Amino acid sequence: MASPPTLRRLLSHPWVLGVLGILTVFLFWLLVTSIGVVDKLFLPSPAAVWEAGSSQFQRGILVNDAMASIRRVFLGFVISAGLALPIGIAMGTNRTICHLLEPLMALIRYMPAPAFIPLLIIYFGLEELPKVMLIFIGTFFFNALMIMDAVKFVPSELVETALTLGGRGLPILTRVVAPFIAPQVLDTYRINMASAWNLVIVAELVAANEGLGKRISLAQRFLRTDEIFVGLIVIGLIGLMIDLGFRFLMRRACSWAN
Amino acid sequence: MHLQVSQVSKSFGTGRDLKLVLEDISLELVSGQFMALVGSSGSGKSTVMRLIAGLERPSAGTIHLDGEQVRRPGSDRGMVFQKYSLYPWLTAAQNVAFGLSLQGRGKAEIRERTAYFLDVVGLADAARLLPKELSGGMQQRVAIARALATEPKVLLLDEPFGALDLQIRESMQEFLHDLWRRTGLTALLITHDIEEALLLAGTVHIMAPRPGRVVHTVDVGLDRSDLRHLRVSQPFLELREELASRLRSLDGSLL
Repeated sequence: MASPPTLRRLLSHPWVLGVLGILTVFLFWLLVTSIGVVDKLFLPSPAAVWEAGSSQFQRGILVNDAMASIRRVFLGFVISAGLALPIGIAMGTNRTICHLLEPLMALIRYMPAPAFIPLLIIYFGLEELPKVMLIFIGTFFFNALMIMDAVKFVPSELVETALTLGGRGLPILTRVVAPFIAPQVLDTYRINMASAWNLVIVAELVAANEGLGKRISLAQRFLRTDEIFVGLIVIGLIGLMIDLGFRFLMRRACSWAN
Repeated sequence: MHLQVSQVSKSFGTGRDLKLVLEDISLELVSGQFMALVGSSGSGKSTVMRLIAGLERPSAGTIHLDGEQVRRPGSDRGMVFQKYSLYPWLTAAQNVAFGLSLQGRGKAEIRERTAYFLDVVGLADAARLLPKELSGGMQQRVAIARALATEPKVLLLDEPFGALDLQIRESMQEFLHDLWRRTGLTALLITHDIEEALLLAGTVHIMAPRPGRVVHTVDVGLDRSDLRHLRVSQPFLELREELASRLRSLDGSLL
């Protein structure tokens, strides 16, 4: 038996508390479905969801859908992140570029990305391109503006020290600005990755042949709530994994900032 | 080495917002000299240093270093700031090596000089530590080593100990004095602390605000063989009090 102080310390550990929170909701779900107060068509039991999930997995649909969604997110986000980095840095370091682009970006940022879907379908049809473009539109402006902010907060002393040590131009960018903003850039990507992941599901709900969002909208047509639950849980788990991946990367690459 | 600041004025802003921050500053600094600028905040003492560093351009007047006009920052004028003085992602040794590698010096030379200057500031053992693992005083010593490593003609110190606790500040003053004696460096110190200026500098300029200008100059002829003793000696305390009352009468603020 653990003595009370050890138990308390164990219980106050963030991981233990986190698992406890998830477990509580799960147990509540189990309880409600097992006593049958809710129609199982509306709320399937954990067992039924597990059943539907493993059936999808065995038929290869689950992995196929997940890969399709991940591929779209990856492609759209890599383009968005890759372009936002130089443009955000340019806006953060150059007043003219900042004044030129900031109002435009601030405006477009407030246009909800899903509202672009009809236009994207008209322009690019129903293939992969409109979905990748949607993720790009939905994340690029946030990425660029947040990177710009990170650059603006580089302490002037760090830049001026480099100047007084004989530094100029590009080396200051690569050796002072870049390392200083690296943690914030990774965090920006982590935060905006969440909206990329939201948008791919929205795009697939509208039009797609495969993908986790497509599977959910198909499940709705046949009233398969168990399959909708499978989709939601898988989406959540993949998102969480990406988030943890970014956190891990940040801890490894920017240990000085913690 | 000969640094000459001649009739320099500096104003910021334009039109109705034009604000004169420095008026007709003239200073002269030669090899091995330790000079201090003392003044309250708003006296423009930091602006003088930024002009000499080349981080700002004078509105009028000229600054010459060994006959050449100062137009931009350069490694012949090393600088130490009060805050954010080190690159937090680099170790102490990498910070010291930073200027040398910016200048594209060879690896062996960088390693040798880094070790040498870390040793000069007494931090050879801290080479592999990150700034966050160093105390405030140690961080400023690394910053001084980094500025010295590129062999500047003059070391510009902008309130380098202003963020440190009183006790650490006193030991850092002794460290800097000792460093100056050992290496014969030329230094310009900006401080609001009269005691610090009198302890370290041979020449002390008192600055007054609105607009910033030099109102009084003291050549400190005190015996500096023992700083701890000097701090509490009668002539030192009298001189300190005289300058303090002068500063008080200038802007009415307590110092």
